Amino acid sequence: MKRNYLRALGGVAMAAALIGAAGCQDSGSGTETPSAQCGGTIATFGAFTGPNAGLVIPSLQGSKLAVKQFNEANPNCKVTLQEFDTQGDPAQATPIANQIAGDQKFLGVIGGAFSGESKATMPIYEAASLAMVSPSATNPELTAVGNKAFHRVVGNDSTQGAAASVYFKNTLKSTKVFLIDDGTTYGAGIIKEVKAGIGSLFAGEDKVQEKQTNFDATVSKVKGSQADAIAYGGYTNEAAPLLKQLRAAGITAKFVGFDGLYDPGFVSGAGAAAEGAIVTCPCLPADKAGGTFAADFQKEYGVAPGSYGAEGFDAATVFLEAFKAGKTARADILAFVKAYDKQGVSKYIKFDTTGDVDKTKVVIWAYEVKGGAIVAQSEIALS
Amino acid sequence: MNWNALFENIGQHTIDGLAKGAIFALVALGYTLVYGVLRLINFAHSEVWMVGTFAIFGFWSLLGVTDNPPLGTAIMLLLGGLLVGAAASGGTALLVERTAYRRLRQKNVPPLIFLITAIAISLVLQEIFGLWQGRLVVGMPSLIKRETVLTIGNAEINNIQIIILVSALVMMVGLDWFVNKTRNGRAIRAVAQNPDSAALMGINKDRVIMLVFVLGGIMAGAAALLWDMRYQITKFDIGFVLGLKAFTAAVLGGIGNLRGALLGGLLLGVIEVYGATLTQSTWEDVFAFVVLVVVLLFRPTGLLGESLGRARA
Amino acid sequence: MSQGIRGVTGAIGDRWRSLPGWQRFVAYAAGVAFLYYLPLLGIPGLTWFRTDYIEGGNSWAGVLFLCAVYVLIAIGLNVVIGLAGLLDLGYVGFYAIGAYSVALFGSTQSPVVQWIQQEFGLGTTWAVAWAACIPIAIAAAMISGVLLGWPTLRLRGDYLAIVTLGFGEIIRIVAKNMKEVTNGAEGIGAIPGPQGAPSADNNIFGLLDPKPWYWLALTVVLIMVFLVRRLENSRVGRSWLAIREDEDAAAVMGVQGFKFKLWAFAIGAALGGISGLLFASRQGFIQPAQFDAALSILFVAMVVVGGSGNMAGVAAGAVLLTYLPERFREVAEYRNLAFGVALLLVMLFIPQGLIPSRRRARELKDREKEAPANA
Repeated sequence: MKRNYLRALGGVAMAAALIGAAGCQDSGSGTETPSAQCGGTIATFGAFTGPNAGLVIPSLQGSKLAVKQFNEANPNCKVTLQEFDTQGDPAQATPIANQIAGDQKFLGVIGGAFSGESKATMPIYEAASLAMVSPSATNPELTAVGNKAFHRVVGNDSTQGAAASVYFKNTLKSTKVFLIDDGTTYGAGIIKEVKAGIGSLFAGEDKVQEKQTNFDATVSKVKGSQADAIAYGGYTNEAAPLLKQLRAAGITAKFVGFDGLYDPGFVSGAGAAAEGAIVTCPCLPADKAGGTFAADFQKEYGVAPGSYGAEGFDAATVFLEAFKAGKTARADILAFVKAYDKQGVSKYIKFDTTGDVDKTKVVIWAYEVKGGAIVAQSEIALS
Repeated sequence: MNWNALFENIGQHTIDGLAKGAIFALVALGYTLVYGVLRLINFAHSEVWMVGTFAIFGFWSLLGVTDNPPLGTAIMLLLGGLLVGAAASGGTALLVERTAYRRLRQKNVPPLIFLITAIAISLVLQEIFGLWQGRLVVGMPSLIKRETVLTIGNAEINNIQIIILVSALVMMVGLDWFVNKTRNGRAIRAVAQNPDSAALMGINKDRVIMLVFVLGGIMAGAAALLWDMRYQITKFDIGFVLGLKAFTAAVLGGIGNLRGALLGGLLLGVIEVYGATLTQSTWEDVFAFVVLVVVLLFRPTGLLGESLGRARA
Repeated sequence: MSQGIRGVTGAIGDRWRSLPGWQRFVAYAAGVAFLYYLPLLGIPGLTWFRTDYIEGGNSWAGVLFLCAVYVLIAIGLNVVIGLAGLLDLGYVGFYAIGAYSVALFGSTQSPVVQWIQQEFGLGTTWAVAWAACIPIAIAAAMISGVLLGWPTLRLRGDYLAIVTLGFGEIIRIVAKNMKEVTNGAEGIGAIPGPQGAPSADNNIFGLLDPKPWYWLALTVVLIMVFLVRRLENSRVGRSWLAIREDEDAAAVMGVQGFKFKLWAFAIGAALGGISGLLFASRQGFIQPAQFDAALSILFVAMVVVGGSGNMAGVAAGAVLLTYLPERFREVAEYRNLAFGVALLLVMLFIPQGLIPSRRRARELKDREKEAPANA
């Protein structure tokens, strides 16, 4: 009997403690308010770990470099860059977006690195009037849905697809082009544009899948089509074995890939087979990028800026300029981004009403794999 | 469905499929051996194979191999690769058995626990290589230049396909002979038939199980060599898809049956190439699984039936 | 170590069952109240547990929502694995079907809805209401469960594993390749929630605050826990146990193995469908790549690590495997390795799971004794 009383008493005490504790809320880290007159915190999200991290890290490094240089130049205007790793998975990006939106200290967002996670989180950032500036999400649909928060400092896939068609017609003077994509939003999206662009040059197509390693059927199809050029929409992990097998089968058709292959891993993965492959990218060659960016990047990280390194730098710069102009509220920064009009390191940055960078300012470059390195070949005229 | 593309070149597609399936078959042997003896699926076997592909890659890059070396050197490198691959894969298989499976066997846990353990081992091995070698494909030099050596109709058979098919067959016949004709093989069959009686007959069951894992590992090492020679790439997570295919091949032929693994592997390779030709490469996995389900519905024990113990001795 | 944990959880369990009914009720009520209070967690000291406690941490309520959804999945998969003893490696397929049901019928961006709009002359804002998507999702998942189970449940356990694994992959590949129906790899956005399509005007189930979503998911979980518990203690539940322990003996006793296995499959599938629906509604956007085989394996790991057969166990497994990687984001690149090592250690040292069902622990003990000396 006595034990029962004790238990009941214990229960009541527990409940009281819980209720009492609930009363004295610790606000946690979630509601810090911006206090400084200048500066603030920017969030960036993307696949910083996981299998696709290789494509994203350079742009993160570019952003970090921009912030570092800014803080060194403006000691009384401190800017912090907070990373949020999503592994490229929209399911992880959504709660992260809630966190960023709910924490008032975040004044702008660099990202998302990929199109899927950007699409999943755009409405959240829009509702929080947070400006997003993506260095690398290139799916055309992202700017077609009328989202007010989303901007990107990179040309979209349709521009790149159109540029590739021009390249096939004018530079390579191809007569038959075989199209291959990996079925991802990115790969299939670009190839759709190329298909529309090349018109009668179309010789056939195949869809491969992620993690595929044997491409016998694809090789047979390419052989059967007698194409003299191949366009591949996708990433390194499938492109490298595919290209090796195409070359081993004696197919000499010109291989053209897109920015997903603007990646040193592609060259080392495909080895000798990569020689002479063309990679188009809406990114400036490092030595053409404005100012001292390429040298600074090399100095900071010991490697040349990879894919979207310059875009990452530009995306951060947009926000840094906003801080410099004394903007400290989300809505003001969003307005500032919309009106942004300045030369960046990758291109001239000015957004149109949909959030795409001004079409006339987009430059697409063709790069060629030469002697185991990706070398700038020529700018592709878009007209 | 592009039936035209399939039939115009049916010979070519069949050869491509057979060469593709031969590698499945060698890996499938590992599943089949372990299953035949322990009645367990060793889901970590795909990673045993992956370790082999990396070991051979490491061996070649250590020697600074470049593209298309002279034939003599190439043959030496391939034989060396076979040793390295077999040692690495066999060793990994043995390690997995000794550190993890033996403990579980002593507790006599249900198969589900084995399965999750195997998945955990796979994950650990994958992550080790992913962290160590990066997440992107790793390219290797080509040792033997691919050349068409035989033309039947409009089907071109190249030297690499012949090497793959012949070596796979040789390995397979050797294993079949080992299991059916040698003393150790008899011990394996005895344990597969009835572990307790085998123990009564003085067979050391633990030794037999270790032997089975090592044999499966050696076959995986050979498959790794053929893979590296043919595809010249590897990646930390490359085992997942191949393991799935190899296991499907083993089940298709009748798991626990060595000859079934060969038949299942070759058949699966051909089905996939046919399927990818008929539609698009992205559907080939669907073809593989649909065929598996259909076969299992009508022959629940696979095409040749499952029997390692009752193998025609 | 294994003795220790088994001893502790067992002792707590025995103590718990010996309490008078009203005290247990009060404790239940307090526990449930605490669960509802959890997203607001601000008790000094306990804030350490919040995932947003660290810099770059994830939204606390958002993670809790994911935990709740995965708990629902673990409970559903537990019916299949823990209760009926069927190894399902393709559970993500049902999750995807649930998610795609609400996306395909509820979103104005879905090709299916757009086709219906055109065919029947409905306006471009028409879509199936969210509430009506719930039965669609449950029915679609159950039907696919039966369709998958009908031919395959006659197969032996190991074959079932590979066939279900294939099923999960096929669902993903089909969702990716049937562009005309599912919008392909690009995925579908504007998936509705209880208040309709996602919009900044939704005051409860809105875009910014995940808390109401967590409370919704928690409520669904509690209802399902109650229902499944009833099921476990019913004739059906006892039949499942009988099948799991010895199918032949069960058959002799007149328990039709196939029928009850099919039930387990269908019920498990329905729960997977509901969780998929909740997930898709909250996300507002899904794409096929989110439903890969790795997720299936994570689900099975949740069940086994927690303690297959015991609902409290599998729920704990789901929460831990979702929560820990989020709370300890610092290990970033090593997250998967840590996961693998932890999984391996649990399997080697406490194969019955963290909180095993008493019956299951007994079964394992029996097996250990049966093990031949030289095994």
